[in-house]
Amino acid sequence: MARAAFADSGADLQLIGVRKEFPGFTAIDDLDLTIPAGSFFALLGPSGCGKTTTLRLVAGLESATAGSILIGGKDVTREKAHQRPVNTVFQSYALFPHMTVLENVAFGLRRRGIGDPVAKAHEALKLVELDHVSSRKPAQLSGGQQQRVALARAVVNRPALLLLDEPLGALDLKLRRQMQLELKTIQGEVGLTFLHVTHDQEEAMTMADTVAVMNKGRIEQLGAPEELYELPRTAFVATFLGQSNLFAGEIVSAGDDVVAIDVAGRRIAVPTSRTRRRSGRVVLGVRPEKLLLHTTAPDYDSTVNSIGPGRVLDVSFSGVSTSYLVAVPGFGTVTVFAQNMVFGPVVTVGAEVWLSWRVEHGFGLDDDPADLPQLALDSDSEASLDEQRHRAVLAATDAEL
Amino acid sequence: MSGEGQAGVAIADAIAAPQKPASRRQRPRGGTWVLGVFSAIVLIYLLIPIVYTIVFSFNDYRRTNIVWRGFTLDNWLGVCNAQGVCQAFANSILIAVVSTVVATAIGTAAAIALARYRFRAKSAVTLLIFLPMATPEVVLGAGLAAQFLTAGVQKGIATIILAHVMFCVSFVIVTVRARVASLDPAMEEAGRDLYGSPAQVFFRITLPLLAPGIAAAALLSFALSFDDFIITSFNSGPVSTFPKFIYTAAARGIPAEANVIASAIFLLALAAVLITQIGAAVRRKRVSTR
Repeated sequence: MARAAFADSGADLQLIGVRKEFPGFTAIDDLDLTIPAGSFFALLGPSGCGKTTTLRLVAGLESATAGSILIGGKDVTREKAHQRPVNTVFQSYALFPHMTVLENVAFGLRRRGIGDPVAKAHEALKLVELDHVSSRKPAQLSGGQQQRVALARAVVNRPALLLLDEPLGALDLKLRRQMQLELKTIQGEVGLTFLHVTHDQEEAMTMADTVAVMNKGRIEQLGAPEELYELPRTAFVATFLGQSNLFAGEIVSAGDDVVAIDVAGRRIAVPTSRTRRRSGRVVLGVRPEKLLLHTTAPDYDSTVNSIGPGRVLDVSFSGVSTSYLVAVPGFGTVTVFAQNMVFGPVVTVGAEVWLSWRVEHGFGLDDDPADLPQLALDSDSEASLDEQRHRAVLAATDAEL
Repeated sequence: MSGEGQAGVAIADAIAAPQKPASRRQRPRGGTWVLGVFSAIVLIYLLIPIVYTIVFSFNDYRRTNIVWRGFTLDNWLGVCNAQGVCQAFANSILIAVVSTVVATAIGTAAAIALARYRFRAKSAVTLLIFLPMATPEVVLGAGLAAQFLTAGVQKGIATIILAHVMFCVSFVIVTVRARVASLDPAMEEAGRDLYGSPAQVFFRITLPLLAPGIAAAALLSFALSFDDFIITSFNSGPVSTFPKFIYTAAARGIPAEANVIASAIFLLALAAVLITQIGAAVRRKRVSTR
C-alpha cells in the first residue's frame, strides 16, 4: 500500500485554459500547455513573465482563477498542495532550519506514512553524495550542499512531477554548471518529469529536452532548444534566446522555395519553409554567427544573401570569437560573430566591409513590423557615426547581460 | 593640585590619541583609572538593593527587618512562617502562570494573523493593540475596576487574571509578530509541498520556528504579571499577591521571609541564564569541532 504511493515513472502535465489574476494584473493569460511524461521541460522567460506563477499553480501553492490542471490525466485543480503528487525545489531551498538534513529529507516520507523513511532518506542523500552530512543542520552546509539537500528532499518522494524554481540561481557560475550536469543525470536516473523554471537561457538550452519561452503571461514558442534557436518565430524569442539581427522589409514574391523580401532596396531571400508570412511587410532575421565578413564585394550567388558596403563600428575580441558591429545603410547596426580562425580580428574599426549569409540560415518572424519599435528607428539616416557606435555597443552589452 | 593637572593632561591625551597611534599604550592609563572608579560606582548603585535584599534574608530579625541583628538560616528554612507570605506568593505564581498561558496563546494567534493576512481595519487594529502599552497603568487599573463594579463581578483571582491577560496580550503580539515577519513563507510552502496537512505544517514547522519568539513573549508576560502592583491592587479585592503583600507589609516592616523569596527568585533567574549560556557555548564548541 505504501509502495503504491510512489510514482513508478513521471506523469504528464496538462494545463488547459489556465488564467491567474492578482489584484490589479493578470499574471497568466489563458495558458495551454502539455508536458509529456519523463521529459525535462524548461519554462524560460524574463522576470515577471508568469513562469514562477505557473509553477506555483501546478504545485498548488496558488489557485487558478480559471482553467484546469491535470497531472497524469487526473484533474488536480481543486486539490491542495499537500494532496498533489508533486514536489518542489524552492529557489531559496526552504530547508527546515530546526531539523537535521536527514529529517528534512525524511519529512515528506513521514507525512505520507511510507515505511522505513530513514533508510530511504539515506538513499536519496547518497544520490546527491551528501550522506556524510546527514546529521548536520542545514545552516552548517554550503550553498551548493543546501541546494542538493533540497533536491534530495524532493526526489526522495518520487513525485510524478518535480518542479524546480530557479534552483541554481543563488550558486556561482562554476557550481551552477556542475549542478546543471548533476540535475540532468539525476533526472535520467530517476526517470521523473522535471519542470524547470529559469530566466537563464543557456541553462534552459543545455538542460531541457523542450523549452517553452514565456513572455507577459503567454507562451511565445515551444520546442527543442535547437529548433527554438535556429527558427525563432517571434522577435522576443529571437532576441531573448541568444542574439539576432532583425530587418524589416516588404515581400516582393513568394515562390515554392524562397520568399523574396525587399529590404532598403536590396533583395533578400528566405526559405519559404522558414517564414509563415507570404505578403506585406515582414521581419526577417539571421543569427550573428551565421554572418560572414568580406573586405571586398562578394560575387553574386543565388544561395547567398549579401549586403553592404557597411562600416565597422566596434570590434571586441573575446578569445574564442570576435564580435563586430557593422553599420549597414538601410539595415541598421548588424552584429557579426566570427570564429578566430586566424590570429586576432580580421578587420579594424572604420573598415569598409560586406556581409553575407546562406539563404537557408535566414528566418521570417510572425510579428508585424509595426509592433517592433526598435526596427522603425532608421539608425543610419541622421545620427553621427560616434553616436550610432555608442548606441550599438550599449545594445550589445545589454544583450550579453 | 599637581594630581588635577595630571588628570587634565591624561584627558587631553585621551581626546587627542586617535591622531597619534604611537602613544596608544600610555594613553589610557589615567583614563582607565577614572573609568574603573566610575564603573564601580555605577555597579554598586545598581546592585545595592539586590545585595541588601539577599543579605537581610539572613537577618535574625525581631519585629522589623531594618537593623542587622545577626546571621540565621531560620528565615530560609521556615519561609512560610511569616503570616500570609507564602499564600501571597502562591497566588502570584498561579496568576502569572494562567495569565501567561492565556495571553501567549491569544497573542501568538493574533500576531500570526496580523503578520500574515490582509484584512479591513488592520492598521486600526494594530494601533489599538499598542494602546494598553501606552496608557498609564493607574488609568487602566481604575478603568477596569470601574467596569467590574458596574458589571457586578466579585473581585478576586479571576479578575486579576483577566486584567493581567489584557495587558500581557499586547506585549506578546508585538514580540511574536516580529518573529513571524522574519519567517520565510517558503518554509511553510515547503511543508505543504511535502504532504504536510495544515495542522502538521503548523505544529511541525511554523510553531518550532516561532518558538524563540513565543518563549521570549511568555517570559515577558510572566515577569510583567508577577511584578504588577498597580493594576492588581485596583482589581484584587481581598486576594493578596506577592507585590501587594510587600506593599502592605512595608508599613510595619517587611518580614525577612519576603527577602528569602525575592532572593530565591533572583538566584533562580541567574541560574537559568547561566545554564542557557553554558549550554549554547557547549553546543557551539561541539559543532565547530565536528
